[in-house]
Amino acid sequence: MTTVRAEPAQPEQGTNTRRPLWRRVFVRPETGSLVGAVAVFVFFFAVATPFRQLDSFATVLYSAAVLGIMAVAVGLLMIGGEFDLSAGVAVTTSAITAAILSYQLTLNVWVGVFFALVVSLAVGFFNGYVVIKTGIPSFLVTLGTFLMLQGANLAVTRLVTGTVSTQRISDMDGYASLEAIFASEWTVGGVRIRVLVLWWLLFVAIATWVLLRTRVGNWIFAVGGNKDSARAVGVPVARVKIGLYMTVGFAAWFVGMHLLFSLHTVQAGEGVGNEFEYIIAAVIGGCLLTGGYGSAVGAGLGAFIFGMAKQGIVFAGWNPDWYWTFLGAMLLLATLMNMYVRRLAAKR
Amino acid sequence: MSDDVGTPTPLVEVEGIGKHYGAIRALEGVSLRVNAGEITCVLGDNGAGKSTLIKIMSGLHQHTEGVLRVDGEETTFSSPREALDRGIATVYQDLAVVPLMEVWRNFFLGSEVRKGFGPIKVLDSGLMRRTAREELAKMGIELADIDQPVGELSGGQRQCVAIARAVYFGARVLILDEPTAALGVKQSGVVLKYTAMARDAGLGVVFITHNPHHAHLVGDHFIVLKRGRTNLDANRSEITLEQLTQEMAGGDELDTLAHELRR
Repeated sequence: MTTVRAEPAQPEQGTNTRRPLWRRVFVRPETGSLVGAVAVFVFFFAVATPFRQLDSFATVLYSAAVLGIMAVAVGLLMIGGEFDLSAGVAVTTSAITAAILSYQLTLNVWVGVFFALVVSLAVGFFNGYVVIKTGIPSFLVTLGTFLMLQGANLAVTRLVTGTVSTQRISDMDGYASLEAIFASEWTVGGVRIRVLVLWWLLFVAIATWVLLRTRVGNWIFAVGGNKDSARAVGVPVARVKIGLYMTVGFAAWFVGMHLLFSLHTVQAGEGVGNEFEYIIAAVIGGCLLTGGYGSAVGAGLGAFIFGMAKQGIVFAGWNPDWYWTFLGAMLLLATLMNMYVRRLAAKR
Repeated sequence: MSDDVGTPTPLVEVEGIGKHYGAIRALEGVSLRVNAGEITCVLGDNGAGKSTLIKIMSGLHQHTEGVLRVDGEETTFSSPREALDRGIATVYQDLAVVPLMEVWRNFFLGSEVRKGFGPIKVLDSGLMRRTAREELAKMGIELADIDQPVGELSGGQRQCVAIARAVYFGARVLILDEPTAALGVKQSGVVLKYTAMARDAGLGVVFITHNPHHAHLVGDHFIVLKRGRTNLDANRSEITLEQLTQEMAGGDELDTLAHELRR
């Protein structure tokens, strides 16, 4: 506390009750992204006719889910005050591990999937452990991991298969049951419902519950907000941070398995650049780059905005290249909006 | 206020305590008693040994000579946790709170109350909100909203939340490390008021400061350190604010300085 903030005159005595509901809603980190999501929805609803159909909405949700599961985990990590630039290629690493192990050793696919989980958690543990033990900024540590994984993805795949994609494993033992878990879909009243969307919603719900209702959630906010204060009152900072990296690892495994079981093969070069989409979705959802603030629902909404933009531009018949421009503008707008909303709510 | 001769066993007592790092003596032959319901002020310029003294009392460092007694029993703390378990809580000015978190979450951080059964336990937020509000009210801090982030509070109020937290979690001895150093006049007053309230609640308070005015307002006993040694050790009845200021500012050195600066 080297500086004392200038502050508005505060009444020393108050009503001693919780603040009114509108203000509590307003100060939530995800409020800005909710407004943004509604605006983007209305926009594409107005300009793109195909966007209005229910089945299109299901496609938007699916697009959001592929990104959203990672965005939620990355959002938690950012609330805990760290970055993970390796999150994008870690998804591919997991899928490659499962595919190559199962195929080369002719294992039941379940075994390959299990090993992929171990590898993903280990990558997460490695990231967290190095960040904690060395004190090197996570931006650099995970940039290193990103490059190492990216190289390994390509090199190992080429070494084993001679090409840059893995072999089809769709006729192997255990494939069908795993496909049902990670990539099944069914049609209800002409609308395609993908199981991944349900998983995504479940993960957002669990993450929100953990953040707001459990002790671990309290600790996540604390280690991101002020790590030294947290340590001084007995919060196990190292365990929380490493756990968050392993959560990202788990999410990478889950999404990797979805890609494997919906596409049957994996392209080894995939995933580069996705890490930024995860971070941007979390930031649009109200997560602070500096840590200690944010929400899982917000990260989910951020992913939803991405999904709408990705599909909406196609439905509107525009060149998909505009997707990135749109996202850049969204990012700036959302950040400004979050700042504005927070200021407004802080005023009394 | 009171004379500590013949009073019951002090909560914490250091006698002839010293600490050297290799050949460097940071602290030498310092004695101090902390009695329940009293405020002992430790004054001194930067580098006088104030922080070394409180680090020994709060378990961050170990002394190399002299004796540290808690409840009359000779002790050496090996960690801050151990000192906390004996009821000695330290509020560092920069380690007080997590600014973006709500007041009640800060209050219970690291000691969260949970309910539920088996592996699924959730925070008992209702109980924690209520308790935090009651405990702060006891210290005279009325917050408009217990869900406010601590960062929205004034610097003085933030210190007070940290003090109230230490008191609630069973501190008998409260060590305040320069609680008014970064604060304006009005906010310092608020912190001093709550320091006095902690005293009235029966805690022994060690108040570290380099401001003799703040010390004289609340102190029962004064120790002035200079280059690791005790320069002054006096009860309130034995010293005036003027003498304390003089002592603190370096006595004759100040006169010389005043002379030099005179136009």
